[in-house]
Amino acid sequence: MSATAEGRRALLEIEGVWKHYQRHSVLRGIDLSVDSHEVVCLIGASGSGKSTLLRCVNLLETVDDGAIHLDGTEITDVRADPDDVRKRIGMVFQSYNLFPYMTVLDNITLAPRKAHGVGRAQAEEQARDLLARFGLAGKAAAYPDRLSGGQQQRVAIIRALATQPRLLLLDEVTSALDPALVAEVLEIIRELKDSGMTMILATHEMGLARDIADKVCFLDGGVLLEQGTAEQIFTDPREPRTREFLQRVLDARRV
Amino acid sequence: MSGQAPEAPAPQDPAPADQGATRVRGGLEPPRGSGGEWVKSDRQRERERLRRRTDLRSGSIATVSTVVFIVLLIWLVTASPGWPRVKETFFDLGQFTGALPDVLRGFLLNIKIFLIAEPLILIVGLLVALARNLHAPVFFPLRSLAVLYTDVFRGVPTILVIYLVGFGLPALQLQGMPTDLATLGIIALTLSYGAYVAEVFRSGIDSVHPSQRAAARSLGLTHGQAMRFVVLPQAVRRVVPPLLNDFVSLQKDTALVATIGPLEALRQAQIHTADTFNYTPYLAAGLLFILLTIPMARFTDHLAARSQRRRGV
Repeated sequence: MSATAEGRRALLEIEGVWKHYQRHSVLRGIDLSVDSHEVVCLIGASGSGKSTLLRCVNLLETVDDGAIHLDGTEITDVRADPDDVRKRIGMVFQSYNLFPYMTVLDNITLAPRKAHGVGRAQAEEQARDLLARFGLAGKAAAYPDRLSGGQQQRVAIIRALATQPRLLLLDEVTSALDPALVAEVLEIIRELKDSGMTMILATHEMGLARDIADKVCFLDGGVLLEQGTAEQIFTDPREPRTREFLQRVLDARRV
Repeated sequence: MSGQAPEAPAPQDPAPADQGATRVRGGLEPPRGSGGEWVKSDRQRERERLRRRTDLRSGSIATVSTVVFIVLLIWLVTASPGWPRVKETFFDLGQFTGALPDVLRGFLLNIKIFLIAEPLILIVGLLVALARNLHAPVFFPLRSLAVLYTDVFRGVPTILVIYLVGFGLPALQLQGMPTDLATLGIIALTLSYGAYVAEVFRSGIDSVHPSQRAAARSLGLTHGQAMRFVVLPQAVRRVVPPLLNDFVSLQKDTALVATIGPLEALRQAQIHTADTFNYTPYLAAGLLFILLTIPMARFTDHLAARSQRRRGV
């Protein structure tokens, strides 16, 4: 508590966060800090708590203990306005969650117009710029069900970017895609890293984690067991559990 | 399987038979998986010929059996011993044409009641459904009130509500209270049907996947905005068929308003019947209601089929 405000340099600081579902603890005291322009990858088996952690950061889940600070202010404070916090954070989901009855353009401009008070003309211009930048210029008027999975996920990323968030949370964004479509989504994520976006990714794509992560965190049973540079985690993991997990992933790849 | 030997000649098998098709498929151009022009093969032509023949046969069987059935039915009804009396009591043409103008005039009131009640019901239903979805503590009384309203008015028979409103409200002699019977009928129907429609809306709202709400909230939209721009548009589309079904039911329940006295179709038919003890006027009224509800029912079917098709795409 004493090291708040002036001492805090990181964009996001997660301190001792716990989350329970009924009797089961999904997160067991997670500590993690993310600097501006840093890309953090969360790896670990399904059910290790990666998605739950991201949902806690976005306040879609309320934490059961601990605190999360964004830009030096506590967002898990019960008096904080969650809508206000979410305006500063973008989130992309595994199953895209595009709004099915809206065109691509409307999907992207909804939040800027309604939550941020941007005028329609300006919001649409920004949206078209983003679509062009990510190779979807021709899809503005299309409905989500006319797009491939990869295209839908790219639109979902653009939708999250349209509000110019300080932080982007990506929750297994390639897990629902077939291998041929994964590449086009990964390309966007790489481009975002190059442009300096701060991101936390929960991912099963070890190649991606290795490629773009400044920091890789291994979660196991709700505990952040090990964190380090991609180089260190993938070539010289300290924890036996990490080594075991990576070995399993490697074996699965081979089959 | 080890069927190389019998499989080998199989591709050549149709070759002697379809010399026409081999122009394209054989010779210089080998059969291509994609890209080439499709020329209908003889096998497909034969298949379609057989399919047409089967269709034709089922069509004629259906026609013959229907004709036979109708003839039998007419013979059975008209040959039965009580038929002349039934015909006289229910199918009297003179009575029918005599009562029809009055019944039709009354029926216009039914349509008026229905047309006014319907939008009111939609508004009440939607507001109640939304009130039940408010989870902020401030709205606790509102939410409880919405629950109480649906519980009460779904439980009480519509005709009882019509009696209570139609006879009870004017008896209070409050200032500004409407005394027009049709208006009171509209109020009663709105109260009763509003509770049903609220439940329909609520089920629609609940049927929208939580991930849609999560996506909307994660973009920074408030509860109200997420509801209005993301959840409701999807919910309303889904509940259109059940809503129309409720409205088909409402159209005929406008006749219940007859019990408090306005001269709508059923009441007019009652008056005519009371004069002559002939029940043909009731039949006229019934016919009018059917003529009104059938288009609505077909429209509902059409919408349901359309959304089915869309989901199939």
